[in-house]
Amino acid sequence: MNILVVVVVVAAVLLALVLLFNSLVGRRNEVDNAWSQIDVQLKRRLDLIPNLVETVKGYAAHEKATLDAVIQARNSAIGATSSPNAQAAADSAVTGALRQLFALSEAYPDLKANQGFVSLQEELSNTESRIAYARQFYGDAVLSYNTAIQKFPASLVASSFKFTQREYFEAEAAARTTPEVKF
Amino acid sequence: MNDLIASNKRRTFFLLTGFIVITVLVGMAVGVLIGNGATGTIIALVFSAVFAFGSYWKSDSVALTVSRAVPADPVEFRRLHNLVEGLCIASGLPKPRVFVIRDDAPNAFATGRNPKHAAIAVTTGLLEKMNRVELEGVVAHELSHIKNYDILVSTLAVTLVGTIALITDITIRMMWWNGGRVSRGNDRRDSTNPLAFVGIALLILAPILAKIMQAAVSRRRETLADVSACKMTRYPPGLISALEKLQADSTVTHSASMATAHMWIEQPMSGVNDAGRLGMWHKLFNTHPPLAERIALLREI
Repeated sequence: MNILVVVVVVAAVLLALVLLFNSLVGRRNEVDNAWSQIDVQLKRRLDLIPNLVETVKGYAAHEKATLDAVIQARNSAIGATSSPNAQAAADSAVTGALRQLFALSEAYPDLKANQGFVSLQEELSNTESRIAYARQFYGDAVLSYNTAIQKFPASLVASSFKFTQREYFEAEAAARTTPEVKF
Repeated sequence: MNDLIASNKRRTFFLLTGFIVITVLVGMAVGVLIGNGATGTIIALVFSAVFAFGSYWKSDSVALTVSRAVPADPVEFRRLHNLVEGLCIASGLPKPRVFVIRDDAPNAFATGRNPKHAAIAVTTGLLEKMNRVELEGVVAHELSHIKNYDILVSTLAVTLVGTIALITDITIRMMWWNGGRVSRGNDRRDSTNPLAFVGIALLILAPILAKIMQAAVSRRRETLADVSACKMTRYPPGLISALEKLQADSTVTHSASMATAHMWIEQPMSGVNDAGRLGMWHKLFNTHPPLAERIALLREI
């Protein structure tokens, strides 16, 4: 009779361990998925840029400096796959260059009236929203995962199987100040 | 916000448990009265569950057909589609099918048995009267219904109401046929068994109690959807402003009916809201909390 009790208890403990481990795996994969979602939106933004540059060139070809800055930023963003930090820096460079480009377009009423330009502007603004939403979702996923591996008794499983904490997405210092637009 | 959501879910659980307790009590009352409590309850439960879950399975197509909703054209309603897609990214939901209803009254609903088979519908009145952040708040509220499996919860509630209604109805009929005799197995017994009166009282009151509980569950889930929506958008003023506009607007939604009333973001029936003060009786049966209360709660977040 005693052996039966021991077997049942051991089986229950093992089952609990398996369930805990599986739920941690699920949450960690959600964090990875959320991170790649941000990448999807960032890539979408990069894909919109060539069309935008061509449209603007049609009306403001002599604004070489700004146009070149945008193309330059885009190319380095595509190439920057070395580390997440390098990628984040490249993406914020793209944001800055795009901001200058749109500020510039204020001086060209013909450009602003162009249907193609307007719809590209909308698409880009839409993509910026999605990037923000994707980052929000990543933050939620990280919160859920970090909390799960810190809670007891999951923390025991987490440390034995090397589940490490994930980092939140941090806006760089530059993003926290209000951007200055120079005409 | 997270603890508001957690407490809301707890209260729903307790309400549904209370519901089940009432069902069991009714079953016991039936047992006292016609000696067949357990079987009767189970049969009623099965019938009710089959009907309710059958309609739950098809809830999306039924609700959409009844409201005369049409699929929202991606070009004509691009702003709406973009909003829905953005919020789905923020909440991790798959994108539901988007429908539009040609009606001047601002309103919206969500339906579908799980996030993969979901649909949301908005009226053209809502699209015209709300600005971007308000529309975002309303869409987030509807998506929260989908995310929190509210259709499933309300189906559970409807199943229990149906069960109770069926049992009480059949039992009262059987008692009439029996000529008022109590407990068939004891023919000689005096029918002044005191439990019989309690049983009868419970049978008469139970359906009303069940309806009240169903409305209470519905109100709880509406509040939960409000709070979840703010968590999704991280911008409570959007939904607050939308609710304030709904409060000021008095157009009646024509495509709604009592049967679908619980799914909309705001009561589609007019005449229930007299100058903002609801009669005590009406308050018990409301599927939505009063708008003033909802706005006050959201301001506290």
